[in-house]
Amino acid sequence: MSGYRLSGGLVDHGTALGFKFDGTSYNGLQGDTLASALLANGVQLMGRSFKYHRPRGVVTSGSEEPNALVELREGARQEPNTRATTIELYDGLVANSQNRFPSLKRDFLAINDLFSDFLSAGFYYKTFMWPKAFWEKLYEPAIRRAAGLGSVPQENDPDAYDKGFLHCDVLVIGSGPAGLMAALTAGRAGARVILAEEDNMLGGRLLAETMSIADQSGSDWAAATQAELASLPNVRIMPRTTVFGAYDHGIYGALERNADHLITPGAGKPRQTMWRIYSKRAIVAAGAIERHIGFANNDRPGIMMANAVRAYANRWATATAKSVLVFTNNDDGYKTARDLMAKGVNVPAVVDTRDEGPEIECTEVHRGAVILDTKGRHGVTEAIVQTAKGYTTNILCGSIAVSGGYSPNLGMTCHQRGRPEWREDIAAFVPAGDLPPGQIVAGAARGVYDMGNVMADGVSQAKQALNDLGITSKVMTLPEVEGEATGISAYWYVPSKKRAWVDFQNDVTVKDVKLAHQEGYVSVEHLKRYTTLGMATDQGKTANVLGLAVMAEKTGKTIPETGTTIYRPPYVPVAMGALAGRSTLENFRPKRLTPSHKWAEEQGAVFQEVGLWMRAMWFPQKGETSWRESVDREVIATRTNVGICDVTTLGKIDVQGKDAGEFLSKLYVNGFAKLPIGKVRYGLMMREDGMLYDDGTAARFAEDHYVVTTTTANAVLVYRNMDFARQCLFPDMDVQIISTTDAWAQFAVAGPKSRELLTRIVDKDHDISNEAFPFMGCAEITVCGGLKARLFRISFSGELAYEIAVPTRYGDALVRRMMEVGADLGVTPYGLEALNVMRIEKGHVTGAEIDGRMTALNMGLDRMVSRKKDCIGFHNSQREAQLDPNGPRLVGLRSLNGQGIHAGSHLMNATGEVSAWVDQGHVTSVCYSPMLKEYIGLGYVNGGDQRMGEKLRAVNPIKNYETPVEIVSAHFFDPEGGRLRD
Amino acid sequence: MTDLTPLTPLGGASPRVDTLGSVTITEVTDRALASVATRKGMDANQGFEALGFAGAPAVCTMAEASGSRAWWMGPDQYMVDAAFDQSGTWAAKVKDAMGDTASVTDQSEGFCRFDLTGDGCVDLLQRLCGLDSETMQPGSAQRTQLHHMGCVVIRSEAGWSVLGAHSSAGSLHHALLEVAVGLQ
Repeated sequence: MSGYRLSGGLVDHGTALGFKFDGTSYNGLQGDTLASALLANGVQLMGRSFKYHRPRGVVTSGSEEPNALVELREGARQEPNTRATTIELYDGLVANSQNRFPSLKRDFLAINDLFSDFLSAGFYYKTFMWPKAFWEKLYEPAIRRAAGLGSVPQENDPDAYDKGFLHCDVLVIGSGPAGLMAALTAGRAGARVILAEEDNMLGGRLLAETMSIADQSGSDWAAATQAELASLPNVRIMPRTTVFGAYDHGIYGALERNADHLITPGAGKPRQTMWRIYSKRAIVAAGAIERHIGFANNDRPGIMMANAVRAYANRWATATAKSVLVFTNNDDGYKTARDLMAKGVNVPAVVDTRDEGPEIECTEVHRGAVILDTKGRHGVTEAIVQTAKGYTTNILCGSIAVSGGYSPNLGMTCHQRGRPEWREDIAAFVPAGDLPPGQIVAGAARGVYDMGNVMADGVSQAKQALNDLGITSKVMTLPEVEGEATGISAYWYVPSKKRAWVDFQNDVTVKDVKLAHQEGYVSVEHLKRYTTLGMATDQGKTANVLGLAVMAEKTGKTIPETGTTIYRPPYVPVAMGALAGRSTLENFRPKRLTPSHKWAEEQGAVFQEVGLWMRAMWFPQKGETSWRESVDREVIATRTNVGICDVTTLGKIDVQGKDAGEFLSKLYVNGFAKLPIGKVRYGLMMREDGMLYDDGTAARFAEDHYVVTTTTANAVLVYRNMDFARQCLFPDMDVQIISTTDAWAQFAVAGPKSRELLTRIVDKDHDISNEAFPFMGCAEITVCGGLKARLFRISFSGELAYEIAVPTRYGDALVRRMMEVGADLGVTPYGLEALNVMRIEKGHVTGAEIDGRMTALNMGLDRMVSRKKDCIGFHNSQREAQLDPNGPRLVGLRSLNGQGIHAGSHLMNATGEVSAWVDQGHVTSVCYSPMLKEYIGLGYVNGGDQRMGEKLRAVNPIKNYETPVEIVSAHFFDPEGGRLRD
Repeated sequence: MTDLTPLTPLGGASPRVDTLGSVTITEVTDRALASVATRKGMDANQGFEALGFAGAPAVCTMAEASGSRAWWMGPDQYMVDAAFDQSGTWAAKVKDAMGDTASVTDQSEGFCRFDLTGDGCVDLLQRLCGLDSETMQPGSAQRTQLHHMGCVVIRSEAGWSVLGAHSSAGSLHHALLEVAVGLQ
């Protein structure tokens, strides 16, 4: 009684394609979907249901499919929950059924079906409550294993996905009769048109019908129309593209499946492309979706939507069975019966719930009749029909074509919380006036069903769109089409004590909806959550209206009073890979490389991502076995001889204008207006709330020109705040800013021999002696034979130190040159770790201390805050609580047991309770000091400046460690600062 | 003349050129670049005229004159380029032309630039940034994001230029390259 291949259709009978399903090899035809090919091979059983593990077959022929979900492809390319109805067959395709063990035919968990009385809606909320601890460890894992759909591969997806952006005047969503006419109308008028179609062929239901359009077959007319559209340069046709979401400002999300119909995408070619389409107007011509009728055991494989059965016969030349019974409440079901009989398929009867309907020859019609029940194990074999007179008759059939009427495809119209309205005459919800701005609906998607009317509506809606855009439309002639009977009388379900399925995908039955009502879940939103009706991959496209109808009946309300749930994007599942695009693995974020990156790589530097920058952390040398060995060596070498560190990553902002100095004084806590030309000053910046958020320097190169440096992490934040201040707070000031972070390669050259090293590269006409170029000096100079450079005498390490900047392209050559000319001085490259050790030894703060919760007073830098001028944050920094003498103060910490201190530890008194209530402060930065030969750190201690010499414990109760520490000055090394001034 | 050897933003000794299908991606390193920001209450038009342009570029446009390009970057902000020479004096020349009407900053090293030529440029750009590249005419300059990187995209008679931050040249080039491979 199973399906078989017919003649004709839109498949290529001359091109056979081999494929495997559940390990068995089959042949299909070019033009098949996996579903049509399986049906043609007599395979009806394609999956198991979500909860009861009932045998299931394909129900529809489109993306609304709830049942025939498979794992497509193998290995890293395996994709779960893929609808067999939308998978284009290709040679070598491999698919497997899912949610079954050990096999589709013999699934152990089918036992669930026997206990279905216990597994009704909400059963797990009620059942798995005790003991409480079992939920996480036992119940939930067991339920998750039993329920659910396909499995995802554990390997990385090897394929590429693109993302892109398109722009148009008119986006037409769907290429059925309405969509094609709309695209043609807009295209001929010269508008920029994008026509998106989720199928691989244009035409929509024209491909599945036998009626003639302008004396051609529907598919020929669609092909001719496509050819005309393709000839228009202003029209972009996008087949295999599903528009999945309507977003703000006329932006639509669309997924183009570039290579899903191929065994693998070509090397480097994308499998899919996710497009953002910016439209001025969007015409939703997404058609309507047929719904089924609830009757006992209506979920057996072979029981399908009537228009799907017709589509398989007409388009894919596939009979779903040798004998197909039709069950309908509307005229469209008759079309299926006629088309099947024309193809030689036996239609034993048409069962019509109505007392009247169209005439049909060559088959029996049971009017006012219903299907009471069905039989069959892995597929339907028999239907028990109750006639109008109350008799029952058993009809043998291998498939039942069910038509419960059509529901306009509302998804896209509701993505911005539009609420559809009910139309009694077609027993369906149609889009109401609250569409997303710029959206227009045409054809069956707004409840226009007759083919002639659908085409006319496509034209008329496109004209409306063109009119809105001020584009003149041309006169359109509609093709001649046959009239269609579209009568319907709502009929939702056949009363039965047995289970009648409403939502196939989530195993929701009429009984479940009734139970939800009985238990008080009468709101449609509660009904959805309680029963899971309308959830999961199909979003209840075939089920929602039926579920609402059952609920409406139970509550005694009308369907419009009952309302609908909200549709949300995506309309169909979208692979995570498509959302990620090319932003994966090492390309997840852009990388910023320092000018000396290539050289540092050659030195074997260990890099770490800092912000987006790849920074050299340390430079291991042969024989060194730990990072500490390298770092200790780099620190000692720098403090003894000279070290070089790439500090290009520090933010650099060029500040110009006649008010540049005044402007900086507003931003920094200290004054900059009177900074002499040729000098650098350290500065602190506060937020409006008085808390410090960044530190850095500003160097003055001219009366109206400063160069500000920021921390690496806050370069963008400081720039943004400066621009805000410039534009919004001080709009009358003459200030211009621009980032020059990338324009200069900047190196710290630190250590007692740094001046000697620099003397060897700085051109002779620049005097950098201590007298001519003292601490905190800056100058524009030339190096290495005339290369322009900037020299700053500033020191983060506490050594005699400079920062030298050259145009970025020469950064690599400069570091190589300095290493070469400084070899006899013992020059050593040092990384961020050594930099950190040296600044802790010196008591210099970084982001660990400037954590956004501390004031200058907390940091012991209150003297820097000028009282002679106002600056951002000043007043809030002077609030009473901020001035508390027992508030946090930055101190140094020495480990007293020879063990390391842990950053983030909290400080407790030397003895007694360890709790948040007696917290004395916390540790911000720690290191081993190779100069002091002990573990040290920085931290904040309440009233710490008055507690020098006091002993505390640095504790971490979560990780269970404790280190005795002593409070000392934060200036561990060279506290007088003699070294940096020499 | 310095004897230091420069590196290109991609880290090479010479600019990189890749032809993939119908797109050629060329690293451009021979342009000096200066930013111009109009000072408060001033008018930079005369300065641009002194450099050979008709005036300051209008919003989202690029003008070419005397071997230079000037384009709009934001309100009262522009870029102007010229052939690169090692002396690094281009910004000073621009400042001379602008006088007190504008602040000028040397940005020759701040940006990397990739020129795109060939039939596939629009297809490439559509997969990289939100600009309506299909309708961008020669003489357009627009700021956009390309794989999370702030960029300027310029259309000239010769083709397209994409300018991004010097430090992320590798990521920008990689983004251009891999999409171009996909289009082959």
